[in-house]
Amino acid sequence: MSPFDVVVAVCSILLTLGAAFAIRRAEKGPSILDRTIALDIVVTAMIAGVALYAAHFRRADVVPLLVVLSLVGFVGSVTVARFAAVEPEGEGRVRTREEVAAEEAEKLRLEQEEEEVRRRRRHAAEDEARAAAQQATDAGVPEPGGTTPHGARATVEPEPDEEHHGGPADEETR
Amino acid sequence: MTPTFWTTVADTVSVICLLGGAFFAFAAGIGALRFPDLLARMHAATKPQVLGLVLVLVGLALRLRDGSALWALVLVAIFQMLTAPVAAHMVGRAGFRTGKIRDDLLVVDELSRDLDATRSRSQDDQQAP
Repeated sequence: MSPFDVVVAVCSILLTLGAAFAIRRAEKGPSILDRTIALDIVVTAMIAGVALYAAHFRRADVVPLLVVLSLVGFVGSVTVARFAAVEPEGEGRVRTREEVAAEEAEKLRLEQEEEEVRRRRRHAAEDEARAAAQQATDAGVPEPGGTTPHGARATVEPEPDEEHHGGPADEETR
Repeated sequence: MTPTFWTTVADTVSVICLLGGAFFAFAAGIGALRFPDLLARMHAATKPQVLGLVLVLVGLALRLRDGSALWALVLVAIFQMLTAPVAAHMVGRAGFRTGKIRDDLLVVDELSRDLDATRSRSQDDQQAP
């Protein structure tokens, strides 16, 4: 084990610790800009790590990688800073698993309620249409030419398809 | 003065530069974690970070001793020195405008003063005609 190996080991420990602290900051937040800065530090630590690798094995062919990484980190942080907005209180916090599950359950419940209301309304409309058709045929005096049954028939909606009951609604827009 | 002497010198200097660069990257990580406020963390993310990266690149160049790789490394260093201030400026401006700066930690706040002055002047202009 040459002295250079020891140096490389010490350097990689330092870089790893620095990147780990930066990742800890990215997790804590509290705002998106703090996360951007922390991830910028992580990218720079990655560049330093690749440089260390190239120095250890005397490999000049990974140097273009350094150019690419330095440009990518810049684009990322500038883009995020451009779209930073005022965040509501508590928005910058990472939610726990329980909170995410509760939110999902609430969303699912609302969706089901909406679906139930829509189905009930459709059934009511169908019943009304059927009742109207019944009235028309009951009170309908056969006019000359016998067009009434045909005309009454036209106001009746087509019979609901049994297969669609309980399934996805026909005119549902998502 | 043999070639081996100079390669030993180059390797030694490169070791020092690599260690220093790694230390500065470590310091940047600590600063990002421990500083209290967005601007202070931005300071940690720009100044020690760029110096550490340049030191690592110098160490790598001394270790590789290769002309074509040297110019790519110079390019990386120039990119970093050009882009770090731009990114820090963007982040600082966005942080200031969205109220993520702690006023109690600022020694001077010239931007707020100037913004207030501009605002009152524009109000006067609106009222004057």
